[in-house]
Amino acid sequence: MKKNIRWKLLTSLAVFVIFFAVGVYPILAQRYHLPLPSWLAAKQLKLGLDLKGGVHLVLRVETDEALKIHTTTTSEQLREALRTAGISVGSIKVASPTSFHVEGVPQDKDAAFTRIADDQTTTEYDRNTGVGGTYDFTMKPNVALTMREQAVTQARETIDRRVNELGVAEPNISLYGQSNNEILVQLPGVTDVARAKEIIRNTAILELKIVEAGPAGTQEQLLQGYGGKVPDDMEVIQGSAAAGDTSFYLVRKAAAVTGQDLRNAKATIDENNRPAVGFSLTNEGARKFGKATGENIGRLLAIVLDHRVSSAARIESKINDEGRITGSFTTQQVTDMSLILRTGALPASLTYLQQHEIGASLGADSIRSGVTASLVGLLLVVGFMLIYYKLSGVNAVVALVFNLVILLGLMAYIGATMTLPGIAGFVLTMGIGVDSNVLIFGRIKEELAAQRGVRQAINAGFSRVFLTLLDTHVASLISAAFLFQFGTGPIRGFAMTLVIGLISNLFTSTFVSKTLFEAVLGQRQTAALSI
Amino acid sequence: MQIFKTPHFDFLRWRWFAIGLSWVIIIAGLVAIKTKGLPLGVEFSGGTVVIVQFDQQPPDSSVIRNALERSMPGEGQNAVIQRYGPEAARQYMIRVPDVGEEAGAELSQKAEKVVDALKKANVGSFKPAGTEIVGPAVGQDLRRKGILATVLSLVGILLYIAFRFQFSFAVGAVVATVHDLLVTFAFLAFFRYDLSLNVIAAILTVTGYSTNDTIVIFDRVRENIRGMRRDNLYDIVNKSVNQTMGRTVITAGTALLSALALFLFGGEVLHGFAFTMIVGIVTGTYSSVFIAAAIAVIWQTRARRMGKMSAQSPATSAPSNTRKPGRRRAS
Repeated sequence: MKKNIRWKLLTSLAVFVIFFAVGVYPILAQRYHLPLPSWLAAKQLKLGLDLKGGVHLVLRVETDEALKIHTTTTSEQLREALRTAGISVGSIKVASPTSFHVEGVPQDKDAAFTRIADDQTTTEYDRNTGVGGTYDFTMKPNVALTMREQAVTQARETIDRRVNELGVAEPNISLYGQSNNEILVQLPGVTDVARAKEIIRNTAILELKIVEAGPAGTQEQLLQGYGGKVPDDMEVIQGSAAAGDTSFYLVRKAAAVTGQDLRNAKATIDENNRPAVGFSLTNEGARKFGKATGENIGRLLAIVLDHRVSSAARIESKINDEGRITGSFTTQQVTDMSLILRTGALPASLTYLQQHEIGASLGADSIRSGVTASLVGLLLVVGFMLIYYKLSGVNAVVALVFNLVILLGLMAYIGATMTLPGIAGFVLTMGIGVDSNVLIFGRIKEELAAQRGVRQAINAGFSRVFLTLLDTHVASLISAAFLFQFGTGPIRGFAMTLVIGLISNLFTSTFVSKTLFEAVLGQRQTAALSI
Repeated sequence: MQIFKTPHFDFLRWRWFAIGLSWVIIIAGLVAIKTKGLPLGVEFSGGTVVIVQFDQQPPDSSVIRNALERSMPGEGQNAVIQRYGPEAARQYMIRVPDVGEEAGAELSQKAEKVVDALKKANVGSFKPAGTEIVGPAVGQDLRRKGILATVLSLVGILLYIAFRFQFSFAVGAVVATVHDLLVTFAFLAFFRYDLSLNVIAAILTVTGYSTNDTIVIFDRVRENIRGMRRDNLYDIVNKSVNQTMGRTVITAGTALLSALALFLFGGEVLHGFAFTMIVGIVTGTYSSVFIAAAIAVIWQTRARRMGKMSAQSPATSAPSNTRKPGRRRAS
């Protein structure tokens, strides 16, 4: 019996020491400059944005755009294949992000058309035959779904790289909500929010294209040599206003190289000492680029960023693996642009849905008031328990302190984030958590009143209340779980605190508290209980 | 020290009075919500909130309103302008209902306009301390999710209690919890607190707390049913409520103490949260004593009477004895 108690005491003590070391000691060490081993520092309780200050952004990936790009590419490939096969059709038009429409297929070429169309599209698109040589091609639902998912994943990874390049410490970039196309970006300590937002959402689709005509002041001038019409395999692109160029260029639709062929991009200067972006290409990119430049010496090469010509330079000789984007840029623009190019293009544009910016001073205020409320709450509850339950109140207070230490330790250990609502959960865990002790003590009092011995009363008190405790804790866990599901950021922190507080409360109020009773009463067999 | 020496109140005697009182509060609350509306926090309504901190003694709110009105005609009048945090913090919260274009970087346009308007009007040197901008789509989405989370957690609790106890208890517990939700909403409407994410979190916590309270009483009822088979449910419930009374009051007391600490010292952000908790703890305690137990007794009595009526010939009316609802074991 005695040995049993010693083991229980040791277990309780070990639990306390471990959780104290993980959850409480690092905070004290930081505050009072005590030595802190690195393996402990690594597990520290993290502070949420609402306490630390920073910006919280929710953005939506416009996945329709990614699908539209793919549908456009597919329809262009079909056009190319038909031309190669010598079949001329009336028109090929993209009707929606997931479908395109073909008209005027000659009746005698119908069989050849369907064979080529199936070749080009059948894995991804369903073909519907209409009247009079018209066809509708619609992306298969599972293909569309996969593509949307890929677009969101790719966007998340790109944002992740960009944020890392920005040098933000401990950012959080994750999928958000149930709609599967929203991304949450949390940047602690960022003050230039406008710049961060701009860098994150820049689509950065880079294409290098051979210029067929231009630059020209107006579109009419540009198309003079082409009878006023844009040839099928070419397109008109305007110069970039940011680079101070408003003229028009007629370029080939097919790009010589794209952003995917980039190996690196960095800020540099051009021959006039103006800021510029220097880039280098991958082996495959260099091969394509060398071929395209070698065949087009003397022509202009347009560097197209997000469908705007940011610069166009004469190709003097075959270029293999390096190039430069010039224009009237500021140093900041060049730094940001090379960052964006380095980190890859976004598959689709992003829309900001929500922005929450917490200044460092507001965060500090929240910490201060949260800590004050916790201390006042603790004092009130402890004072009440001691006055009402006398010496047994000490037992309850020890259990309460255990509970809080385990709560902090577990949160630190699993890497949970402490938010202001989390602190509220902490305070409530104290106030509502002592309920377990109140229930047990109340039962012990009843048993004592029913003329049982102290030891039997304590045993009966604990064992009879255990089922009740289990029921109340499970019911609370149910509502906390739904809260966790529903919430984000701060609310999640709150739900997390509640859940962990409930679990550790069950342990401290039954095991720890009972062990204490047994240990104290072990020596004095029939002492009256101070309760 | 003991507050209650196991009292002997006839709590159930007051059940119809209690139910009436609750209806009065709930209906008054619904009327208040219907006429004045429930103020929604910016997370739910969408909009722009800017918190500015002044370096010196800040101007009167009317000065800020005029400054906004001058640069953003029409919007200054509709803006909510409040002191934020303690006096010494010298902060104002300015809230305008809409955001900039949702597309792209324009989201923060409105916030920038507010700051510019104040700078232009020369109201004293200040700096923006924080902004919160919520596009309309997010607000809608959150509203839906908030309702869903509340309903699902109620259903979860109903199922759990029905599984652990019996159905009439589950009905009592859920009616009590829905009652607490409605009363809490009524008080939010009376005191004009914004319904924010934090408040929803507090409401869900109250759901858990109120159910806890109810479960403790029901647990005692279940235990007493085993020991007191001769007595009827009415007496058993009354005795159980009395036996758990000491615990009920003390727990409500400590919970209230901690919620009060949050209300007084937790700062501006937690104000609505702490208020909701305080209301919820009071109504949750009240409802587990007066509503949950009463509904369980009423439900079971009715159910038994219905059972009798269908078992016997429908013409003979069953004796109406809420006080003596048979002796079947309830567990």
